[in-house]
Amino acid sequence: MNSDANPIATLVWTFAWMSLFAVGGANSAIPEMHRVAVDVQHWMNDRQFADIFAISQLSPGPNVLIVTLIGYHVAGIFGALAATVAMCGPTAVVAYYVSGILARSSHSRWPAIIQAALVPLSIGLMGASGLILALTSDRSWVAGLITVAAAVLAFATRLNPLWMLLAGGALGFAGLI
Amino acid sequence: MPRKSSPAAAPAPDAPVLPPTPPGLLDLFIAFAKMSLAGFGGVLVWARRGIVDQHRWMTADEFNETFALCHFLPGPNIVNLSVVFGARFRGIPGGVAAFAGLVFPPMVIAIALAALYARYGEIDALRRILAGVSCAAVGLLIAVVFKMAMPLAQRREVTALVILIAVFVAIGVLRLPLQMVLLVAIPLSLGITIFVRTRGKA
Repeated sequence: MNSDANPIATLVWTFAWMSLFAVGGANSAIPEMHRVAVDVQHWMNDRQFADIFAISQLSPGPNVLIVTLIGYHVAGIFGALAATVAMCGPTAVVAYYVSGILARSSHSRWPAIIQAALVPLSIGLMGASGLILALTSDRSWVAGLITVAAAVLAFATRLNPLWMLLAGGALGFAGLI
Repeated sequence: MPRKSSPAAAPAPDAPVLPPTPPGLLDLFIAFAKMSLAGFGGVLVWARRGIVDQHRWMTADEFNETFALCHFLPGPNIVNLSVVFGARFRGIPGGVAAFAGLVFPPMVIAIALAALYARYGEIDALRRILAGVSCAAVGLLIAVVFKMAMPLAQRREVTALVILIAVFVAIGVLRLPLQMVLLVAIPLSLGITIFVRTRGKA
């Protein structure tokens, strides 16, 4: 525990710095969130991290809500606000200025090149997120089966993902996991 | 409360498609709050529906361009999109209004759920339900990864796939810090992309 540091300051610093490297969005940064929250700062254990991920997916809204919930877990409402603004603010400022620059020079070929270079990175990061979350969530073969079934259904059909979350919850409630 | 009678100067129903009137700050807040609250498992689909189909604030191409920009920039994509979009119509206050609409209403819901979890998290039934939900949620995330990787695999972009797997191993298996991995991987990937493209043109 970093009891000597102000937890809100630690949250702000952690997520502001992390956001600048969150290539591909909040889900790409989940391994880093897990590393910091569980292994480095000891804010929570594996199970709590998996639960927070589940709650963030049960809530409507952007994926960045997982950061809100980590902040809430660490330092209540103010922690939630501080972590969210820290995760969103710096990159929003960058996006604002870059979009202004690009609007003035619309025929630059750099955006396409940068995008092509970053796409494999962001997919690799999200794949790592999937692996780490699977290792923290799937503690039995039935649990693993539910993950695989949800992945296949979401990949192959246009079913609303909320149904799969509810089905997972129902199977969990029935004591199958 | 007095009800407004139908105004004499109602806008023609078949008024030109773009742009009807630029949205005000409250419009931006409400529109993004609606998209966000509708968006389980990702807001993008709803953002496209709201901005392009419903309000006609952007054409589909403009939306794709703006989203592409927000996707290659770091940070939460849809948050970046809300700020860039709001700022385009109403400057910085517009960006803030769209951002607030996107983030704060679902934040209230998420915090309410988290407060319930903090209070009742040790109840066995709730524990089991959450465990089931998170198994399914992981599956959804894995499906997104495969959907995104499919185009690369179909175009046989071997170097891109090698970089993808290298990042996956470095972060997911070796558990190296994100910043360290990306400070190596970004220049490498950029260099390879530029090399491949210039060679392709020559």
